[in-house]
Amino acid sequence: MAAAAVERGGKGVTALLVGPAATFFLLLLVLPLAVVVLYSFGERAPAGGYAPAFTFENYLNLASRGQAFLNTLMMAPVGTLLCAVVAYPMAYYLAVKASPRWRTLLLVLIIVPFWTSQLLRIYAWLLILGSKGVPAYLEMIGIEGVRLVNTRFAVLVGMVYGYLPLMIFPIYVSLERLDKRLLEASADLGANPARTFWQVTLPVSLPGVATGSLLVFILLMGEFIIPALLGGGKVFFIGNALVDLFLQSRNWPFGAAVAVSMVLVMLASIVAYMRFVLSRGGMRQQPLV
Amino acid sequence: MRNGQNGATVPTVAFRNVTKRFGEVVAANGLELEIRSGEFLSFLGPSGCGKTTALRMIAGFEQPSEGDVLIDGTRVNELPAYRRPVNMVFQSYALFPHLNVARNVAYGLLQRSPRPPRTEIDRRVAAMLDLVQLRGFENRRIWEMSGGQQQRVALARALINEPKVLLLDEPLAALDRKLRRDMQIELQNLQRRVGITFILVTHDQEEALSMSDRVCIMRDGGIVQQGTPADLYDRPVNRYVADFVGKSNFFAGTVLTARGGGAVIELDGGGTVTAGRTGEGLSLLPGDAVSVAVRPEQIVLARREDALPAGGAATISARVQNRIFLGEHIEYLLRSETLGEFLTLAPRRSELTERPFEAGEAVFAAFSTEAALVLGSE
Repeated sequence: MAAAAVERGGKGVTALLVGPAATFFLLLLVLPLAVVVLYSFGERAPAGGYAPAFTFENYLNLASRGQAFLNTLMMAPVGTLLCAVVAYPMAYYLAVKASPRWRTLLLVLIIVPFWTSQLLRIYAWLLILGSKGVPAYLEMIGIEGVRLVNTRFAVLVGMVYGYLPLMIFPIYVSLERLDKRLLEASADLGANPARTFWQVTLPVSLPGVATGSLLVFILLMGEFIIPALLGGGKVFFIGNALVDLFLQSRNWPFGAAVAVSMVLVMLASIVAYMRFVLSRGGMRQQPLV
Repeated sequence: MRNGQNGATVPTVAFRNVTKRFGEVVAANGLELEIRSGEFLSFLGPSGCGKTTALRMIAGFEQPSEGDVLIDGTRVNELPAYRRPVNMVFQSYALFPHLNVARNVAYGLLQRSPRPPRTEIDRRVAAMLDLVQLRGFENRRIWEMSGGQQQRVALARALINEPKVLLLDEPLAALDRKLRRDMQIELQNLQRRVGITFILVTHDQEEALSMSDRVCIMRDGGIVQQGTPADLYDRPVNRYVADFVGKSNFFAGTVLTARGGGAVIELDGGGTVTAGRTGEGLSLLPGDAVSVAVRPEQIVLARREDALPAGGAATISARVQNRIFLGEHIEYLLRSETLGEFLTLAPRRSELTERPFEAGEAVFAAFSTEAALVLGSE
């Protein structure tokens, strides 16, 4: 029948539309991930690489890379938080205070540095924080013996700097969309500007903060350039452990186990975080007062 | 401050020669107005007439460029909005989307210092939701509420603070016609019950006339006329008011003679009219160009000239152009060779006893001298 033909035709079109994306994800996401999971139960071949086996050895060995996990799980959230704290005032200024004429220019200025490669930008920080940079100037005013490079501080600075725009833009959008009459309503009901900010502006813009935080957090969890350059081999992330295991010691099965664990930890963190945001972000009922 | 008792009352809100400029634009031009305690006052006018600016100056969102705004006799020009004893119902309510109904309503109380005890807040929120008939909706989110319900949340959120004045910025504009009618009655009842001064801004004449004790007709930042709804309808001072409040027919003419309140006008189209009334503040001299305003319902139609009531101001022979059925009324659009088009409005009687006029039919129209009001030609 004609209707059935149309129906079948419709399914054909759907398959045609979904096909490329499905193939893409299957070949480049699901399949590699399956390979990684498979490898994680294998053995290191004598000359490095993968040899088939079924062992939990690699997972039992994870503790030997515990420091990398610990570093990542401590510093990625801290870096995300710092990023949000730095980005919020900037986004607020752009969305609320800046005149429309300046706004576009300032937004462009935020993006411009990101036209150069991340490696170069982080290298630049190596110079700023290195012995001829900030510490040299501190020495001139009498503060001696300050070491900045190869510290957690340097890594945090690099992390905040590197991912700031990803935080600024979602917050900017949520603040820009904020209905200004809500602020008038708050003032009308007796709230001074500070209280209006805490009770209206901030809660209403929280979805933007949540989006930005999620973006930054995911990328920080996989970060390896910043700790490698600014941490000087002293601040190790999971990403660095992976580079090391796959490229240096060529222990692919162990590397695969680390990678699988990282994915699981990241999924768990994101789920926990989303739950927290949804419950706090006002999607649910809150008690009075 | 003096109050109540001895009749020497201070107006709740007063404008003293208030002008507000936004760059080149003059949004309020020398406003003079006193609003009594417990009064229901409306600012009525088209968009851009300055009515919203006037309201926002009372709320504290705008500061006058010149002149003073007084609340209870105290100058409040520099008092920020959050310190003023007034509350506002915003045009599209501006309810807080991240708070539920109860917390929206409680918002004003929570800003007080010292903050009232929780039991008192709960009690007053409950009482307010009772007042606006929203008990049981405490935990609803704002977007789960209909337009009419949101409107009532906005009212409760403002009234819980027991403001001296409640400001309403086109509060009914977003509602459909039936709901708007209901809310008009509800608002009026509410105002009588709580006894708070209400100041309403609207472009809808029906809304202003049906609810207010007093209406200020605004135009280009100034008040053209203020008075009770009946005053404005019966005694408009000029064509603008006559046209804005209700419908009116205008016949252009020239003054022949003027005496007392009335005048004899020679119509431009030919013939004369004996007008019984003249707009307030208008002094007529023979030769002045004027308009004679006649409300549609004041014009009587008949098939034969001798069926018209005697002693009319004028008799016009015309032809029915169009008949509009309005339920309890019928509106006729007529055309006269000499006077052009005009409207009449007649109560609809049973078609068994009286046959309505048909389009194209020749009729005679008349109105009394009292129905004819002489206004300036502008």
